[in-house]
Amino acid sequence: MNNINIMIVGVGGQGSILASKVIGSVALQNSFDIKMSEVHGMSQRGGSVVTSVKLGEKVHAPIIDRGEADIILAFEQLEALRWIEHLQPGGKMVVNTQKIEPVPVIIGDAEYTENVLEMLKENLQDVVVINALEKALQAGSKKVVNVVMLGVMASFLPFDRADWLQAVKENVPRDYLNKNTAAFDSGFNYVSQKGAEINC
Amino acid sequence: MKQLMLGNEAVARGAYEAGVTVASAYPGTPSTEVTEYIAEYDEIYSEWAPNEKVALEMAVGSAVAGARTICTMKHVGLNVAADPLFTSSYTGINGGLVIVVADDPGLHSSQNEQDSRHYARAAKIPMLSPVDSAECRSMVKEGFRISEEFDTPVLVRLSTRISHSRSVVETGERKKVRVKEYEKDFQKYVMMPAMGRKRHVVVEERLDELRGFSSSTELNYIDWQNRNTGVVSSGIAYQYAREAFPEASFLKLGLVFPFPEALIKELAREVKKLYVVEELEPFFENQIKALGLEVIGKDRLPVTGELSPGLIRENMNQDEREIIESPQDDIPARPPVMCPGCPHRGAFYVLDQLDLTVTGDIGCYTLGALPPAEAMDTCLCMGGSVSMAHGVEQAAGPDLADKTIGVIGDSTFIHSGITGLIDIVYNQGTSTVMILDNSITGMTGHQENPATGYTIKGEPTSSVDLKKLAEAVGIKRVSVVDPFELEELRQIVSREVKADEASVIIAQRPCALLEEMEYSGIMKVDFDRCTYCRRCMEIGCPAIVDRGDRITINRALCVGCALCTEMCSFDALKKVGDSGE
Ligand SMILES: Cc1ncc(C[n+]2csc(CCOP(=O)(O)OP(=O)(O)O)c2C)c(N)n1
Repeated sequence: MNNINIMIVGVGGQGSILASKVIGSVALQNSFDIKMSEVHGMSQRGGSVVTSVKLGEKVHAPIIDRGEADIILAFEQLEALRWIEHLQPGGKMVVNTQKIEPVPVIIGDAEYTENVLEMLKENLQDVVVINALEKALQAGSKKVVNVVMLGVMASFLPFDRADWLQAVKENVPRDYLNKNTAAFDSGFNYVSQKGAEINC
Repeated sequence: MKQLMLGNEAVARGAYEAGVTVASAYPGTPSTEVTEYIAEYDEIYSEWAPNEKVALEMAVGSAVAGARTICTMKHVGLNVAADPLFTSSYTGINGGLVIVVADDPGLHSSQNEQDSRHYARAAKIPMLSPVDSAECRSMVKEGFRISEEFDTPVLVRLSTRISHSRSVVETGERKKVRVKEYEKDFQKYVMMPAMGRKRHVVVEERLDELRGFSSSTELNYIDWQNRNTGVVSSGIAYQYAREAFPEASFLKLGLVFPFPEALIKELAREVKKLYVVEELEPFFENQIKALGLEVIGKDRLPVTGELSPGLIRENMNQDEREIIESPQDDIPARPPVMCPGCPHRGAFYVLDQLDLTVTGDIGCYTLGALPPAEAMDTCLCMGGSVSMAHGVEQAAGPDLADKTIGVIGDSTFIHSGITGLIDIVYNQGTSTVMILDNSITGMTGHQENPATGYTIKGEPTSSVDLKKLAEAVGIKRVSVVDPFELEELRQIVSREVKADEASVIIAQRPCALLEEMEYSGIMKVDFDRCTYCRRCMEIGCPAIVDRGDRITINRALCVGCALCTEMCSFDALKKVGDSGE
């Protein structure tokens, strides 16, 4: 069994820790060794946030280094680009089209990089692009963007949908379960519905 | 049962299983969750202390009285608690005492990168260092055993990647430990010179025994593999080194102080090349070299920052990774920012407008040092803002003093700002101190503190009245203001800094992330009224976006705090609807 290294990158407050916990629960149910590393504290406040999840027979380091990620789940375009070097050649990137402008851009000290999606497609073999915010709003709340993204990734990991849904249930507040389940499904079905067109 | 646990959660679990009945702490990233998880166990009395010194003194009292006690803090917290730490090494304990300290290599959320292992050595206290959550649990339990066997406090060193990583833990039952009998023993517990002299001898004898223990305990062991290469490591660096040297023999140090001399000699004898992989200081390396052994260490690895498997491979072994080169090298940075709705935003807008010299402090409000406000001149340590403002005045005289203000959060003020304020009053200074009271300890993730009116368990308690407190120490000029009333705040601040008496301004508005603070609706720009004057941009709200030809509101970020309306002279910002919930 090869290790699977998953990085979740985004902006503080986008819910990457919840996403990583769900992956962890599924992997635990399936008897994998797991190490996850997350960010608490200062960089939570709208900063760039990275969460690593590593699954395998035996995992040592909880962090993922440059060139080591099998999958990067990017909740925001600029963050996808920022962490691209962490993806190993041949790895898969799932990117949310959402843009969150960092303060240097907001105050006019810097420009938000243009054509990020095109750049990703040019430089990577396997990119899935999704407007997860729209899907989340359809599912009932902008807060479930993270679970939409999780659903996309789940569709190509070797675990059952039922296990995923159980793990989502364990990790979200009960009042939000329906929205989260809907969000997960819209992500989970996304690639098969869209077919090859988004896999450039 | 097998569970995925955060390192900090596993520390709490270990304390629970070890039969701990008392826990005290002051929050600090990355250590905070230890005590938050402990607070979930009804069997354990737990508390947030006003600062780390108080937390440790309380814990020593509890241990001397016979209870197994745990005390937790971040690395710089141990500086604050250093005074009781050093002398508790002399008095020893009665019930076990474990002090958990979390370092922050890479400065994810800290003001420095100090290496706590030096404290173990300086205070002559044994220190353990877990490598994952399972060891967080087991080593805390072992820590209590060692503490009681050797009559010493025990330090457990965590680091950000241990505290904030999740891995699999097999939990066990709680051990029933009876609180030991307390016996008065002034030779042991009253550290006057005559007794201290005798206790110092005891400390040295204990250290000798611990040195022997270090080579015999199962906490330290050699994992023999290929004998060409031997690696000495501990903590998170051990995990990185295992990935970087998959075939080497390892000396894994669970007890990092005192150092196991017999084991290192054994490893050095057998392997061709000896490496030491440690984050931050060459702590083991210097001890290995002092034994006359040859070892490769900090000549190849940095003393600054975090290590990683790749970094170790690159500098010590073969690195076969292929890297996708980033197609863009000037990606705009994403520094942390004050949240939308943050009450500090109003305060720093005004401080910037008034162009004051601001001695700052540590908390969410330290972000006021960054653009757009850039309204902070110093940030040294908790409480430093108040005393430094006083220092500025004494050095530079009234001219600069009239343009200087110390700015500090509520939790930080109680931690150690109050003593600085007493210094100002007592020594007839005229400084102005602004307390940013957002009703919570924000920076570390919303902990209650003595000014919030709730305990760590969420029980209502009395709360420090900051206004009365300031008055009680002798401040005659105390103003209370809402930091979102920009004009009023501006007037008060300009008046108070010039006053020839010490003054305190309490800027009161709860943190936007507190549940009771749910603002309703979000803002919208009325394009018919907006003249694109861009004044609203000056408050640096991440939800206000400059589109180059117009201003828009980011619906996903705006919380509807409406501070921006204070900036708009054209009534172009309006509150509408909800936030897409
Ligand atoms: C000695 C020490 N202990 C703990 C910390 C961690 N820490 C940083 S800021 C802070 C508290 C901030 O709370 P407050 O002053 O209320 O300001 P807020 O973040 O709410 O704006 C803490 C506990 C530290 N940096 N130094």
